[in-house]
Amino acid sequence: MDATVRDLLDSQARGASNAEAITASYLDKIRQTDGRIRAFLHVNEENARRQAGAVDAKRKKGEKVGALAGVPVAIKDVLCIAGQPATCGSKILQNFVPPYDAHVITRLKEADAVLIGKTNLDEFAMGSSTENSAYQITRNPWDVERIPGGSSGGSAAAVAAGQTPLALGTDTGGSVRQPAGLCGVVGMKPTYGRVSRFGLIAYGSSLDQIGPVGRCVEDVARLLQVIAGHDPRDSTCIAKPVPPYTQALDESVRPLTIGVPREYFADGLDAEVKAAVQQALKVYEEQGATLKDVTLPHTAYAVAAYYLVATAEASSNLARYDGVHFGHRAATFDNLIDMVSKSRGEGFGKEVKRRIMLGTYALSSGYIDAYYLKALKVRRLIKNDFDEAFKSCDVVMGPTSPTAAFKIGEKADDPLAMYLSDIYTISANLAGIPGISIPCGFTKTNLPIGLQILGGHFEEEKLLRVARMHEKVTEWHRRRPG
Amino acid sequence: MSPEDVRWVAHLARLELHDDELPAMTRHLTSIIDYVNQLQKVNTEGIEPLAHALDVHSVFRDDVPSPSLSVDAALANAPARNGDFYAVPAVLE
Repeated sequence: MDATVRDLLDSQARGASNAEAITASYLDKIRQTDGRIRAFLHVNEENARRQAGAVDAKRKKGEKVGALAGVPVAIKDVLCIAGQPATCGSKILQNFVPPYDAHVITRLKEADAVLIGKTNLDEFAMGSSTENSAYQITRNPWDVERIPGGSSGGSAAAVAAGQTPLALGTDTGGSVRQPAGLCGVVGMKPTYGRVSRFGLIAYGSSLDQIGPVGRCVEDVARLLQVIAGHDPRDSTCIAKPVPPYTQALDESVRPLTIGVPREYFADGLDAEVKAAVQQALKVYEEQGATLKDVTLPHTAYAVAAYYLVATAEASSNLARYDGVHFGHRAATFDNLIDMVSKSRGEGFGKEVKRRIMLGTYALSSGYIDAYYLKALKVRRLIKNDFDEAFKSCDVVMGPTSPTAAFKIGEKADDPLAMYLSDIYTISANLAGIPGISIPCGFTKTNLPIGLQILGGHFEEEKLLRVARMHEKVTEWHRRRPG
Repeated sequence: MSPEDVRWVAHLARLELHDDELPAMTRHLTSIIDYVNQLQKVNTEGIEPLAHALDVHSVFRDDVPSPSLSVDAALANAPARNGDFYAVPAVLE
């Protein structure tokens, strides 16, 4: 279960293994471990085996196979696969079966990947711990008493536990990078517009972006390669050529100037996390990189701006759950409005209700200027901070999260404390820039620590190469949970 | 925020809240709104709101018909169906 994507592709090409055997071994691993980890909401074994069999048949006939032939990929249950459930971790979509594939799923099928199952998440991707799922609590494979992060906690935990070599998550405020960091794997949020959101069930549409999770930088690069690129069905998806991400992956970026924002090392950062990140910066310095003190002065306002923008968009996006077109409808009601209100009241969980309420309030008459529009202005200032930093730096680095994984239940009744665990990741979504989290150390209690690297718009290739520079000379990504 | 404010916003959101949900919702929303109020300290004089991080506007495509979902596929997830339509309670007497 330690194979890289390259290993999996090579072993099939050599004839040493095949897609069916690979898929069977990951399905076994899921069966053995998921009672404990609970990363998956649905595993469709038959479907996965059939896809794998089709890949083997193609190879046997000498046909050309795709870039991820026979490689299992787990899918966050907020992405549509035609004919398979898509619950979004919500009771309101308990019986929803989408009639079409998300664009990224079409791309994965074209690449001959094996869709191994749907992973758990915070309901509608709203959360930082995966505790907000209406179905189950996913455990961190490094310590099952702790959260895996969120909202793509199922995807990160599945990769960390060796249940799948690759997974897709989505990142609206850090939901790929933060769980990747807390689970000791690699996770990337691409530039807003790099990957089509068609078939991604919306949360905050100006912030949402689909991203890859894997155990090493190259695996993530390979998955990004497959999902990136233009799709006319998402008008915010940019028609810009996709560079070959793996081609120059091992070439160091030279010269390399790393911006170190002082705001990312201020109060609230755990001492062990800080030490691990500083050690990572030293690893770059040893390779000739220049560290530059930079300032992102509006960092302190990012969480506040985010929770107004994201919830305003969510309140509008989630208006579609009305008990009319799909999803839960209340059994008894007095009239149409009552049917809508009851269906929503019964179907949504606490955090989703809170965010719909906050967003509705921020957009309501008399408050829209003070809250929503004010947040959009601060959003521009946050983006301007990054534009300024990238004038003199190639990338910006800091911790992915202020602490390592916290205990299950620890922040359950304090939504604000939970929101603040996204303090370093949220700005990238507001600015639309790409970011990656890579493992850079462990706490004394053996919990992973993530290093976050942020880059300018559409600079994924540079980010991956910079991430690889650290990975090449360190061993953190090789550690596995017990 | 008062419990009455919370009730009003829930009405705007068409979200039924039970009486036992009201105290925690009021408490949590109040603490979050107190927190986001710090934005008022930021000087945004002359700053344009940023709704989208990339400057992309009005993307056009050719107006070419293409296949869409069949009626059955579109209605497959409907909680209630009446022939080729979604069924809802009557809105007119």
